[in-house]
This record gives sequence, structure tokens and C-alpha cells, in this order.
Amino acid sequence: MSTISTTLPEPSWTLPSRGLVGMVCLIVAESAVFIIFVVAYIFYLGKSISGPTPHDVLEVPVIGPICLLSSSLTVYLAVAALRKNKVRPCSFWLAATVLLGGIFLAGTAREWYQLIYQHGLTIRTNLFGTTFYSLVGLHATHVVVGLIMLTLALVLALLGRVSEANAERLDVLSLYWHFVDAVWVVVFSVVYILGR
Amino acid sequence: MADYLPLTGAIDLTSAPKARPLVLEVLHGWVTTVDHKKIGLMYIGYALVFLVIAGLEAVAMRLQLAVPHNSLVSPQVFNRLFTMHGTTMVFFVGMPILFGFGNYLIPLMLGARDMAFPRLNAFSFWIAAFGGLLLYFSFLGGDGLYGAGTAPDVGWFAYAPLTAKVFSPGHSTDYWTLGILLSGVGTIGTALNIVTTIIAMRCPGMELSRMPLLVWLYFITCCIVFVAVGPLTAAQIMLSIDRYLGGHFFDTQAGGSAVLWMHFFWIFGHPEVYILVLPAFGFANEIIPVFSRKAIFGYPAMVAATVAIGFISLSVWAHHMFTVGLGPGANTFFTLATMIIAVPTGIKIFNWIATLSGGNIHFTVAMMFCVAFLFQFLVAGLTGIMLSASPFDWQLSGSYFVVAHFHYVLVGAILFTIFAAFYYWFPKMSGRMLDETLGKWHFWLFLVGFHLTFDFMHIPGVLGMPRRIYTYEFDRGWGIWNLIVSSGVIFQVVAIGCFVFNLLRSYAKGRIAGPDPWDAWTLEWSTESPPPVYNFATIPTVQSRRPLWDLKHPEDPDSNYEM
Repeated sequence: MSTISTTLPEPSWTLPSRGLVGMVCLIVAESAVFIIFVVAYIFYLGKSISGPTPHDVLEVPVIGPICLLSSSLTVYLAVAALRKNKVRPCSFWLAATVLLGGIFLAGTAREWYQLIYQHGLTIRTNLFGTTFYSLVGLHATHVVVGLIMLTLALVLALLGRVSEANAERLDVLSLYWHFVDAVWVVVFSVVYILGR
Repeated sequence: MADYLPLTGAIDLTSAPKARPLVLEVLHGWVTTVDHKKIGLMYIGYALVFLVIAGLEAVAMRLQLAVPHNSLVSPQVFNRLFTMHGTTMVFFVGMPILFGFGNYLIPLMLGARDMAFPRLNAFSFWIAAFGGLLLYFSFLGGDGLYGAGTAPDVGWFAYAPLTAKVFSPGHSTDYWTLGILLSGVGTIGTALNIVTTIIAMRCPGMELSRMPLLVWLYFITCCIVFVAVGPLTAAQIMLSIDRYLGGHFFDTQAGGSAVLWMHFFWIFGHPEVYILVLPAFGFANEIIPVFSRKAIFGYPAMVAATVAIGFISLSVWAHHMFTVGLGPGANTFFTLATMIIAVPTGIKIFNWIATLSGGNIHFTVAMMFCVAFLFQFLVAGLTGIMLSASPFDWQLSGSYFVVAHFHYVLVGAILFTIFAAFYYWFPKMSGRMLDETLGKWHFWLFLVGFHLTFDFMHIPGVLGMPRRIYTYEFDRGWGIWNLIVSSGVIFQVVAIGCFVFNLLRSYAKGRIAGPDPWDAWTLEWSTESPPPVYNFATIPTVQSRRPLWDLKHPEDPDSNYEM
């Protein structure tokens, strides 16, 4: 087996990283799932046979979307810091990301609370309720999953288990987070702008 | 190896006698494995079990329909039989068996030691396997609280509003939904794994343009899986929301649309046909050249045609819905798109024929199955073009003509190439050859049975026999045709018996295969049979599409011609 060097005539043989390719595949598949929910939402706009309608009860959220979109920037900064092996700034930016994501979720929770208890809109009220809670809920589920993973990364960073060697993994995670943000742009446009 | 040792005889080269492992140890090894070969074999074994189960369901249906006014099974049982037969064959036979071969072969063909994500691979297998178990658990648990229904009986495409709580009380439909949801998650996981393996795990020199065509076809298949199985999963989530949380997605009473379910289902359902058939093409792409002793004709055209099929397959789904009344615009579009897909498919058939042409053809059993596949796939494609014309479809949609057409694809094309794949790769997987004489019995019996059943099934369809009826009147003129169709089943059952017997007997005492029994050219034949856990002692390097040809014929390597 000492003759292994002769079997490598193409030393420049490099392939893309597995993690990134895998995450891109996951994003493509997830996009298909989201597209179906978005299509259902648009298809059923105005088809509810009883109230309330989106125009009656939905308010355009401001703080939540701003927080979620800014968290894309903070997670990018976290990866950039880790690439330079700066673990403390990385932890800081990860914590900021988790915080911003948490604020977004809290905003969604508050919105749902008001819809359910003030306007009486639940998932079984009418078609709007069914499609709204499904689409926004599907996205919120993805936010929760992302937050769990980001929190895990944050805890590991605080425990000193994270180094430059993990930068690529964090990069893969950040790609997922960017995807969750991008989906929100679509959901926001459809639900709160087009749909109202 | 002995040559490398510093002093011959100084080290005891004979391996220590191994104690025969306990059954529990073997079982533990299989349950906890992340080896792509073992997972591939588990996929195949699991699919074979379900093939027999779903096959027996088909036998029961054909017995019921053999003569008019038969009362072998009740209408309710008949509904469950066709639902379970269809669902099982598509989700728990077709996809697992193809992913099983893919799992086993792709890393070997690419010169890799495993898939990109071995643990995800095991997860995907088990989640899909439990989906199948959940579906069949409905026989026990489907009664639910209301004492109504056991196995799901809503048909394999489960049109709304049949699936609504009102029309499907109890839990049978929930088992159907959850079983498919789990299968979908597993499918996406495996597809993700295969694509990543193909992009990120190739051995040095294995450029995309040098990959075996089978790998290319799996690549496109898995890309279709992403965009087709995702919508199915989404639709199943919606159905669960309807049934469990009281949502209204497909609830026509609350303004929901039954047609939307049809769209969502067929956005998955038609690409699914290509998800199943492209790997089958992949088998033919490997087997036909080896037994024609020629390189495949038109490799780039084959790849391009596959990519074209992948794209067009996403825009043909509504040809399943012509009778809904989509309007002239949609009818025209989907008619044209469906007809256009025949073009790249035709290119493939021409390329296979050109590969055969002038070749030194060896009629092994694997090759016989491939040749039968060529003819049968052509016929299946021709009836497909007939049905793609929407006015023709209005006459025959929902009749036995459609059933005959898609079984011609699923059995005549896909199952035949799967059998070919068994005869071709069984030696690699087990280290022993399948018996060719038994194999020829299998082939001829199955061929006769297939044609008796599915050729003659077109006729009652044209005579107006609808699918999914549990019996029919004497005076319809369908009796004789149904009797012929059912008689073909006997041949198929005997053939499958030959096949299973052949598998078991050859596994125990078949002829030892050696690493390369077919004098083939792709990398899986360069390692032992069965391959060691690590596949390759040293990672190979390739210079052409047929690395083993280069090795066997250093005076005339392929790399001279593939610039």
C-alpha cells in the first residue's frame, strides 16, 4: 500500500463539500413543500364562505420581520468570525441570532393569541384560518428547528467546543437559516401584502 | 499481500478460526448498520416481501374478476385490496427496490467507500420501512373508535372528499396518510444522500461525463424526487390537518376544493412514474452494452434525453385529470406536453437499439429481460400517446385500458428491468451466480403470463369496463377477456415462485461468481464479490467511462476516444 502515490495522477481533484450539497438538496425539497402551501393559500384567497377575512383581522407585523431578516446578517457575521477563529465574537453573534429569532417567534405567538381569543379565528373556523395557520405554522416550525440548532451551536461555543474547524458546519446551518428567512419574505408578501 | 511482508513465514497469515456468530449478533449487525451495501440489501429484501404481499392482493382481485357475478370477496374487501395493492406497489415495492439497487451500486460505481451521509441513509431506510409497517398495521388498528373499516379503501390516489372524516370514519385513511408521509420523508432523505454522493464522493478522474449512465439516471431521478415528493408530503400534511384538526383544505362543504387534491396528488403522481422508470432505464443502460459487447451508443444523447424527461415530467400531471373539465387551454397544454415527452424517450429506445445493432449479443437471462423490456416499453409508450390525446382520454379514462397501459409500464418495463438487474448484480451482491436454467423458466413463464394478462386487459377497457368495480354482469361481453386476463396470473405466480426459489437456492449453493463474471466495465466489478465493507482497498482512479476496459485492454484504452 506504500505505492498509493502513483494512483493519484490528478492531485487537483477536489469536489464540493458534502454538507453544503446536502443542505442545498434539502432546501430544494423544502421549497417544493412550501410552494404547495403557498399555492393553496393563494388559491383559497377569498373563497371562505364565512368570516373573518384577512382584511378584517390581519395586521402587518413590523418588528418580527425586521428581527428575522436581521438575524440573517448576524448569523453571517457569526460564520465570518468563526472562519477567522474568533470564537467569542462568533458566540456573540450566535446569541444575537437566537435572540432575534426568539423575538420573531414571540411576535407570531402574540399575533396568534389575538387572532384566537379576540377574533375567534382558529384552524377550523374557515378556509382562511386553515390555510393561514398551516402556512405560517409550517414556517414557524422551521424557525423553531433552526433555533434549536442555533442554540445548540451557541451552547457548544460557550463551552469552548467550537473552533475554526467547525466553520463549515456552521456555514451549512447558516444556509438553512437564510432559507428560513427567504421563505418568510415569500410568506410575508403573500399573506400580509397580496392577501390583505 | 505476502509479497509485501518483510520475511515470509514470520507472520501467521491464516486467519484465526471465527466462531459462528449468534443469530442475535447477526441481527444486531443488520439493525445498526450504516454500510450502504447492507442498507441496499435491506431495501431490496423489504421490497421483495412487499412485492409478494401486494402480488397476492392482485391475485385475489383477479380471482374475483375472473368470472361475472363472482362473490369470492365482498365489495368492501375489494376496495381495500386495490387500495393496498396500488399503494404498496408504488411506495413500498417500487421505490424501495430501486433505492436498494441505487444504494448498493452508486458508491461502488463511483469508486467511493460509502454514501455521503451513512447515518442519514440508515435513518431513511428505517423510516420508510416503518411507513410500510404502519400501512399494514391498519389491518389490525384501522378500526379506530367507530368500528368502521380496516385497511384503507380510498384508492391509491385517495381522491377528496372520499378521505374526509365523514366518508372515511375510523383510522384506516390515517394509516394510509401517515404511512405515505413517512415513506416520503425516507425517500427525500435517500434522494438527498444519493445526489450528494454523486456530486461530492466521486473517485479521482470520475468526471460527470465519465459516470456510468446508471448513476446519471439516479441523479436525475433524485432531483425529480425533491420537486415531486415534496408536494405529496405537503398534501398529506394538509389531509392530516383536515382529518385531525378540522381544517378545510379538501372540505367541499366549507368551500374547499376536491380538484386541488387531484392537482397536488398528480404533481407528485406523474413524476413518480419517471422516478420509477428512470432507474429501470439505468439498469438497461448497464446491462445492454455489456451483453452486446459494445460501449453504449450515444452517451451524451442519453444524458440529455434523461434531463429533458426530468424537466418535461414536471409539466404533464394534469393528463390524469382530462375528465375533470380543465378547459381547452389546459387540455391542449397537457396533451402537447405529454406527447413531447415521447421524444426524449424515443431517443433512448433508438440508442438502445443502436447499441444492440452489430453487437455480439449474449442472451443471458438478464439480457433476455432487457430485450423484452425494449418491446414492452415501446407498446406502453404507444398506448401512452393514445391516452395523452384528451378526446381519446375522455372515452377511456378510468377504464381497464388505463389500467392495462400503466401496468405495461410498471410491469412490462420496470419490473422486467428489475428482474434483469437481479440476474446481473446478484453475483456481485452474494458472490454466487443465479441459476440460468431456472432463470429462463422464470423469464418465459413471466413473459407468457405478462402478455396474457396485460395485452388482453386493454380489450375490456375499450369495451367500457371501468376500473375498480368488484364484479360485472354476464351480458357485458367482458367475461371471456377477464378470464384470459386472470389465467395469465397463474403463469406469473409460477414464474415468481421460480424466481424466489432461484434466489434462495443460488444464495446457498450457486456457482461461485468471482469478482467479474460478465467481463463488464464499470468499477463495481473491480472489487471482490461480495465487496468488503470498505469497497476498495485503494481508491481507484479512472480515465474513461469504462475503467475496467482500460485495465483489461491497456493497448487500446477508451480514453483515446472520449475527448
